[in-house]
Amino acid sequence: MNAIEVDDLTVRYGDVVALDGASLHVGAGRVCGLIGMNGSGKSTLFKSIIGLVRPASGSIRVAGVDPATARRRAVIGYVPQSEEVDWQFPISVRDVVMTGRYAAMGTMRRPRAADHDAVDEALARVELTDLADRQIGRLSGGQRKRAFVARGIAQGATVLLLDEPFAGVDKRSEATIVRLLRELADDGATVLISTHDLSSLPTLADEAALLMRRVLHHGPPAEVLAPERLATAFGVDLAVQP
Amino acid sequence: MTLLDLLLDPLRYEFMVRALATAVVAAVVCAVLSCWLVLIGWSLMGDAVSHAVLPGVVLAYILGAPFAIGAIVFGFLAVALIGTVRSTSRIKEDAAIGIVFTTLFALGLVLISVTPSQTDLNHIVFGNLLGVSAGDLVQVLIISAVVLAVLVVKRRDFTLYAFDPTHAFAIGLNTRLLGAGLLALLALTAVVALQAVGVVLVVAMLIIPGATAYLLTDRFGRMLVIAPVASALCAIAGIYLSYHLDTAPGGTIVVVQGALFTLVYLFAPREGVLAKRTAARRHRGAAPVA
Ligand SMILES: Nc1ncnc2c1ncn2[C@@H]1O[C@H](COP(=O)(O)OP(=O)(O)O)[C@@H](O)[C@H]1O
Ligand SMILES: [Mg+2]
Repeated sequence: MNAIEVDDLTVRYGDVVALDGASLHVGAGRVCGLIGMNGSGKSTLFKSIIGLVRPASGSIRVAGVDPATARRRAVIGYVPQSEEVDWQFPISVRDVVMTGRYAAMGTMRRPRAADHDAVDEALARVELTDLADRQIGRLSGGQRKRAFVARGIAQGATVLLLDEPFAGVDKRSEATIVRLLRELADDGATVLISTHDLSSLPTLADEAALLMRRVLHHGPPAEVLAPERLATAFGVDLAVQP
Repeated sequence: MTLLDLLLDPLRYEFMVRALATAVVAAVVCAVLSCWLVLIGWSLMGDAVSHAVLPGVVLAYILGAPFAIGAIVFGFLAVALIGTVRSTSRIKEDAAIGIVFTTLFALGLVLISVTPSQTDLNHIVFGNLLGVSAGDLVQVLIISAVVLAVLVVKRRDFTLYAFDPTHAFAIGLNTRLLGAGLLALLALTAVVALQAVGVVLVVAMLIIPGATAYLLTDRFGRMLVIAPVASALCAIAGIYLSYHLDTAPGGTIVVVQGALFTLVYLFAPREGVLAKRTAARRHRGAAPVA
């Protein structure tokens, strides 16, 4: 079964065409790396899958249902781009992870024992237990991303969307996150992750998609990373870079 | 005169007791709401809505309807107009806010000037703490109770909305309703606060306490305690000062709040300017000389 099915998706912001007939199917339990230069529509694709932007045309199914139903079932775990987060916000790591449980809670979102357990478990899984009471901004770049992944774990999300999680993250933290995402995928989660780091793509992803307003190519990482393909997507000869 | 006399003296007058009660209640409600406003970045919106409610309040007065209804209608009208101007023209948001709220505020002033009334409607503009009637106080108490109840019950949703609206939306929370709810609470709070300090100074009560608390803690839960406590103390101090110095009470309250913010801005343990400078110096001192 496909966990993500995007068909012929077109999204406009006023005059700007951000996505123009993009199609992408990702099977359940797979990790798909989304690559494309700035402005190629990666974030827009994520926001369309969540349902935050209204497409001009096209169809989207997440975990077999439309985005609205997927939201009601809290299927999607979203790890936002760093620039989208207010890192000064007075909230602790633990409380960020707890917001993953909100969908399952009552009106007041008062946590019960099961919620605390789920949060503790998620924090342990991403190895942030010791830093749980820190303010979210007082973490390193990699730890911040793990906190948001932990939120998705606590949520029980089966589809994880990560928007450029490796930007500003050192190589060692990146390797930790890659390992974590692989584990989650082995447990059945579907991961769609946008990245500029082409070198880690083969270890991270089962498949890769090259985006430039539409999906130019989609297949095994090695195939998608072929120099002539990248040249078309990036408009330059990127392949000489590591 | 002992300190106790200084404190008890004003309480001999019923209007002073009402003024104190109104000011403290308004200070608390504004301060609690301000914690979210400063974090979402809605300070300017608070300014806009608190001014734009004026014509609504005056119309409500003319029609004999509750002020709260007029305020909510015009609060939402202001937000809708701002959104329309911004999204359908090349005018940027700050200019759109400036145009809409000043125009609505001016409309309120015009309405006041043509409305015959026994009570001086200009009091709405500059506040009239010393003239708060028992009926006014009851209205303040009811609205405040409603606003505080909603904020307390939905505080975690509002905080998530402020921190990560995309996640809130993705897990099925109604973010539109949360945003609209906060705006409605903002309009209601403006009605409460204008009794105390007047339309012009409401925005101070809606921004300063949250900003002050934000400089003192990294925990939102603590902000929600620090802001109202500090704000209430400022209101009390402001009223006593105004009584003994014979100054305008609304203005004095806001000056005290501004003074407290200045102290915190300078001396807060971690986020204060001086603490930051010391930390930077220590950091530099510890670094090896290149
Ligand atoms: N809210 C918005 N309003 C207008 N244009 C936008 C908005 N968001 C994105 N865009 C435009 O849409 C295009 C795709 O943006 P985005 O999806 O953020 O790309 P990426 O994440 O790949 O950098 C860009 O040209 C960008 O400027
Ligand atoms: Mg992006």
